[in-house]
Amino acid sequence: MIAYLIRRLGQSVLVLFTMAVLVFFAVFALGSPVDMLASPDADQAERAALAVRFGLDKSLPVQFATFIGNALHGDLGASFVYGKSALAVIGERLPATIELAVLALVFSVLIGVPLGVIAGLRPNSIAGRAIMSTSIFGFSLPNFWIGLMLILFFAVYLGWLPAGGRGPTTNVLGMELSIFSVEGWRHLILPALTLALYKASLVVRLCEAGTREIITQEYIRFARAKGLSRFRIIRLHLLKNMMIPVVTILGMEFGAMIAFTVVIETVFAYPGMGKLLIESINRLDRPVVVAYLMVTTVIFVVINLIVDFLYVALDPRVRLSGPNE
Amino acid sequence: MSEITPTTPLTLPPVAKGERLLLRQVRDLVASPEAAIGLAVLITLVAIALLAPLIAPQNPYDLMQLDIMDNMLPPGSALGNGATAWLGTDDQGRDMLSTIMYGMRVSLGVGIASVLIASVIGALIGVLSAYIGGRFDALIMRIVDLQLSFPSILIALVLLTVFGRGLDKVVLSLVFVQWAYYARTVRASALVEKNKDYIAAARCLEMPQWRILVRHMLPNCIPPLIVVSTVQVAHAITLESTLSYLGVGVPVTQPSLGMLIATGYSFLLSGNYWISTYPGIALVLIVVSINLVGDRLRAVLNPRFTH
Amino acid sequence: MQAAAKSPRLSIRRFTTALVLTALLPTASAWAAELKLAYSSSATSMDPHFHNASQNIAVARNMFETLTQMDPDSRIVPDLAESWKKINDTTWEFKLRKAKFQDGSDFTAEDVAFSLARPGTIENSPSSFKIYTGSITKTEIIDPQTIRITTSTPYPLLPADLTSIFMVSKKASQGVTSDKFATPEHMIGTGPYQFVSYTPDDRVVMKRFDGFWGGKPAWDSVTIRFMPNDGARMTALLSGDVNAIENVPTPDIEKVKANPDLVYAAKKSHRLIFLFLDSGRESSPGVKADNGKNPLQDVRVRRAINMAIDRKAISERLMMGLAYPTNNLATDQMMGFDPTLETVPYNPEGAKKLLAEAGYPNGFALTLGTPNNRLLNDARVAQAIAQMLTRVNIKTDVDAVPFSAINTKGNKGEFSAVMMGWGVQTAEASSGIRMMVACPDKARGWGVVNWSNYCNPKLTEQLIALTSEMDDAKRNDMLKAAVHTVVDDMAIVPLYFQGMTWAAKKGIKIIPRMDERTSAFTFEPAP
Repeated sequence: MIAYLIRRLGQSVLVLFTMAVLVFFAVFALGSPVDMLASPDADQAERAALAVRFGLDKSLPVQFATFIGNALHGDLGASFVYGKSALAVIGERLPATIELAVLALVFSVLIGVPLGVIAGLRPNSIAGRAIMSTSIFGFSLPNFWIGLMLILFFAVYLGWLPAGGRGPTTNVLGMELSIFSVEGWRHLILPALTLALYKASLVVRLCEAGTREIITQEYIRFARAKGLSRFRIIRLHLLKNMMIPVVTILGMEFGAMIAFTVVIETVFAYPGMGKLLIESINRLDRPVVVAYLMVTTVIFVVINLIVDFLYVALDPRVRLSGPNE
Repeated sequence: MSEITPTTPLTLPPVAKGERLLLRQVRDLVASPEAAIGLAVLITLVAIALLAPLIAPQNPYDLMQLDIMDNMLPPGSALGNGATAWLGTDDQGRDMLSTIMYGMRVSLGVGIASVLIASVIGALIGVLSAYIGGRFDALIMRIVDLQLSFPSILIALVLLTVFGRGLDKVVLSLVFVQWAYYARTVRASALVEKNKDYIAAARCLEMPQWRILVRHMLPNCIPPLIVVSTVQVAHAITLESTLSYLGVGVPVTQPSLGMLIATGYSFLLSGNYWISTYPGIALVLIVVSINLVGDRLRAVLNPRFTH
Repeated sequence: MQAAAKSPRLSIRRFTTALVLTALLPTASAWAAELKLAYSSSATSMDPHFHNASQNIAVARNMFETLTQMDPDSRIVPDLAESWKKINDTTWEFKLRKAKFQDGSDFTAEDVAFSLARPGTIENSPSSFKIYTGSITKTEIIDPQTIRITTSTPYPLLPADLTSIFMVSKKASQGVTSDKFATPEHMIGTGPYQFVSYTPDDRVVMKRFDGFWGGKPAWDSVTIRFMPNDGARMTALLSGDVNAIENVPTPDIEKVKANPDLVYAAKKSHRLIFLFLDSGRESSPGVKADNGKNPLQDVRVRRAINMAIDRKAISERLMMGLAYPTNNLATDQMMGFDPTLETVPYNPEGAKKLLAEAGYPNGFALTLGTPNNRLLNDARVAQAIAQMLTRVNIKTDVDAVPFSAINTKGNKGEFSAVMMGWGVQTAEASSGIRMMVACPDKARGWGVVNWSNYCNPKLTEQLIALTSEMDDAKRNDMLKAAVHTVVDDMAIVPLYFQGMTWAAKKGIKIIPRMDERTSAFTFEPAP
């Protein structure tokens, strides 16, 4: 177990380093920040001075060495545009994104599990078929298109909900959260729903398959024979047994969800770190782009580690021998 | 089954029975009304996309045929040259019907091309990985894991931001984010095949290694590959449209469906619904019909689910 | 926070009640007036000396003031300086207004000297305000209300440059770095609104400053929301999330105008949209002609292109009237406007004839670069231009790239033709000419973005002469001559001036501006 842990951690560090290299050089190819940031009125001298201020006058290997050196000390550089640590810039927007992604995760379970179980219990009923067919739409439709349609309907046509942005925030344990006000919820509900829809369809399909499999098992038949109520069977046996795959998949998909906030936050003008990424790419704010990708890499690596360990904890049959089956 | 001829793949079940199997599978496929409808819609849309240059009223890429004075016309309006724009025109004066036909070409083309290339690359890597095994296999699978743990949208976004606009670049980025799926799928089934008797037999016959790989192992990994590929075409089309929405991807003068939706959206609020809505419907039809077919295909090709 | 949490329905009712109240009461300011204003781009810092970017300046403008300022028609008028005069060719004397800072202290010459020196000390500035203070070699405090500024050379643009330097309180901001600036203790200016809070990429909240020298400000509180997404900004206005916006998306203009609950205003801005055509290089990457030469080197070809563009169609079909066709480099109120340069009428036949004369009866192939996220409808306009050029046999392809990439590509010389915009900050045409069409010259800092690769010794002479001319009338004539040279030679092809738009809820009056800078004073409660 310990050896496995150490090896996994070692691999994670390797992944981080590889990503740092790739990201740094990719971002370097985006274009020259000096040309982008300098005021149109700025003359050659001011532009050269700007390059020096940001260390962009140095050669690529030197810049990379500096970057790695600082990164080892936890410093991913200062944002060109905001004039402060890129990590701090991202940190300011992280709660908004986490809030959105977690809420979407909750939505996808609340929508997906009941519908999936219904479809699994009654695979040939009209409801069951309708649920399964609709779930195909759920993961077929592009996220951004669903978002646009929801805005059009709920914000423009009905005027019930705001079209974008984030509600007022309350400081909870140092994080600015907006889920404690009605206005905050009104801003969150559409983007969270849009983000949740794809995963909800996934959960529906998982739960349907799971239900169909479990329902034929001996112990369910036995429970039925014992005269347990249908509801009790579902609650006790079905849900309990199904939650393991659902939780695993959702855990793994949480990273994907954070990545997809890039799209959702752009559609809903939601001030999180996804929108920051797009804006930083447009402004060639290299340190922020690099820091964003490094932060998401860390999040993915951590999630993968947790899922791996949870998997072991939940299912003793899995051997911790390594990558080979 | 016991007969080993180097020219025919050593498949299970044999060829003659296989043809009957194929027929049965097709029948199985269309037995589901959803899949039948999906297949019909898909075939129609692909035909329209293929024939677009012949049947579209206008070539929206030919600037000589466009007139800015015709722009923003609602559906059914007459163009300056007397023709009718049945689905209206966009901000450049392009006939929406023609633009959607050409847009489907771009979207389907990008989706299918990227899936074809990625599946070939992925399948080869997967089969090699399984066949060679050992450290090579471990390394490849680490890379695959790494690749799959990163959401494709982020990778494609960064790649396209670096590459710039262009159809070829979009295809390249999509290949880059997809190959790992195929590598993993093919490796899994290749591992199963590897341990079967016929491979051992082929090895005993001292057939060239590449031959065992390409002619015997690979064909047996095709069914799962087909399922994954079908769904991936839909995924690639969706991904391309999302990237176009984010402002990277195909050139503005050759809009895909995704780009049409994105540019048209700015006109939606003011009531010019046709610029965004019709391409949206086309995109949804394509993706949903592919997924309906793919969903059924999974059931048909996977014996566990056959009724 | 609580005030912001109110539902829009509530605030609409409140607004209506307020309107009824105003009808009954003698003054409009008797009710709690709240301006919720959406900007179309996000400010990146609250420090008014950190980043020379228009959205940062627009935000700062609500809280900080400058010595001189541009009025809505871009004429230079007094702000914190009551008056100024030239002592000699290199020395100016500014008389300061009696004003109070928002912390109650007096605004003095000491603060002016500090504020003029501060931009040069900010080391991590992404785009420094130093370019506006660089000419200053010395500041001399005569008395608390008088300051003298000395420049290295005779520099007529000083009053124009000073419209960009905000006056901060020395006491409140000495030693404070830009990233620590956004707190009520440090954000101390003399402007009508006082800083309350800032959430990056989201909003800035301000309240009325009662000690403002200019009288009681029109709004009790002002919230600026950053909404770069066109659709989000528009729907926020329609749903009442905000009550005023800048940059109405062009497709929605007709609908906004027709909406009885909204008011709308548009004004020609000083942002010139034009084409760079590479006339400097023998062979240019984006142009292909049968004879292997670069046709853009022939002035007849450049004139043909000018003729082949239907500016009226662009304005009417794509810009909803927000493109004001021109063949000039400055708007008619600005220095350097030459009334003899009339807009060239659309004439495709004439263009074909000119092309044939130049030896290109069958035209040539051209790639037209354009940003796709910078100017109003940029990629759309470029595509329309491509259509028009293709009509006269210049087969044009459009290369639409993000603004971030276009600068890098342009400075590397990868374009033969590219559409760009230039906003004149100095209320006269000289800065654009120096940067875009003067021969590249590092020592002088000229020709930095000369993507036409145009170089004309005659123009250089004209520019050298006018740069140090201190007499405004004389300089205007010299500038006109320079503009004439540029346009006559088609060093760049001027297309149109871009319009700027605003919309607000009924009951709000809009005071449109030419310099594209929206602030709380762009809006007033209607009397």
